[in-house]
Amino acid sequence: MIPLSWYLILAAALFSVGLFGVLARKNAIAILLGVELMLNAVNINLVAFWRYGSLASIAGQVFAIIVFAVAAAEVAVGLGLVISVYRRRNTVVADELDLMKW
Amino acid sequence: MTAIQIIFILSALVILGAAVMVVSTRNLVHAALYLVATLFGVAVLYAILDATFLTVVQVVVYIGAIAILFIFAIMLTRREMRDQGEQLNKGWGAAALIGLLTFGGLFMLLNNWRGVNATAAALPSGFDGVVELGTALVSTDAFVLPFEVASVLLLAALIGAVYVAGTKK
Repeated sequence: MIPLSWYLILAAALFSVGLFGVLARKNAIAILLGVELMLNAVNINLVAFWRYGSLASIAGQVFAIIVFAVAAAEVAVGLGLVISVYRRRNTVVADELDLMKW
Repeated sequence: MTAIQIIFILSALVILGAAVMVVSTRNLVHAALYLVATLFGVAVLYAILDATFLTVVQVVVYIGAIAILFIFAIMLTRREMRDQGEQLNKGWGAAALIGLLTFGGLFMLLNNWRGVNATAAALPSGFDGVVELGTALVSTDAFVLPFEVASVLLLAALIGAVYVAGTKK
């Protein structure tokens, strides 16, 4: 049987990799890819805690489903924004999108 | 080492290897395809964890919809920075440091927590996770309100995405 710690350490590593992607990538779409990695790491944690906690309370899986829905909404709006910005300013590099910088 | 542990280690290697490629590869279409590999690995983990419905949803929604949406968006915005040029910004060293510190901090926290070596109880006979999940999602004393809020959120995101990405006449 797999101890809970394996899942938690894997999720922590996946979250850190996603965080690096969000912070270090230039392309706005690549930043969204990093966010997806982080959301998946959280989902692994939620489902693992459901399986290793009490099976009767299904809250872990319900939370994971809500995360799915939020991820779908985030990707739809995020990619819509990226495409709109690309159409107007002809760039998807996050550094160059400084219209709202003070 | 049991068979299930070997499957876990293999899928963990796939997940982490593909995740590193997602954040480091130059070609964004390849990055999206590596994201698909990561998502498949996570689906395998859900299967190991007996979350059958989530396994299917992971493949259908995440790989079938979200990853494909990414590939569409990448192809629509590809002219700019094709494969040449730096893909990481100037502060990537600090970003790597923050990532390592996050992992180290989480690792330390897990080390100091007593419940970390818990083992899973066997599934009781007759336990059906899908039935439990479906009942919880629509029963009024459980999660019907978050469920409805999620559907409103999806509708709002749909309208917002169409409005933001659509062309003005």
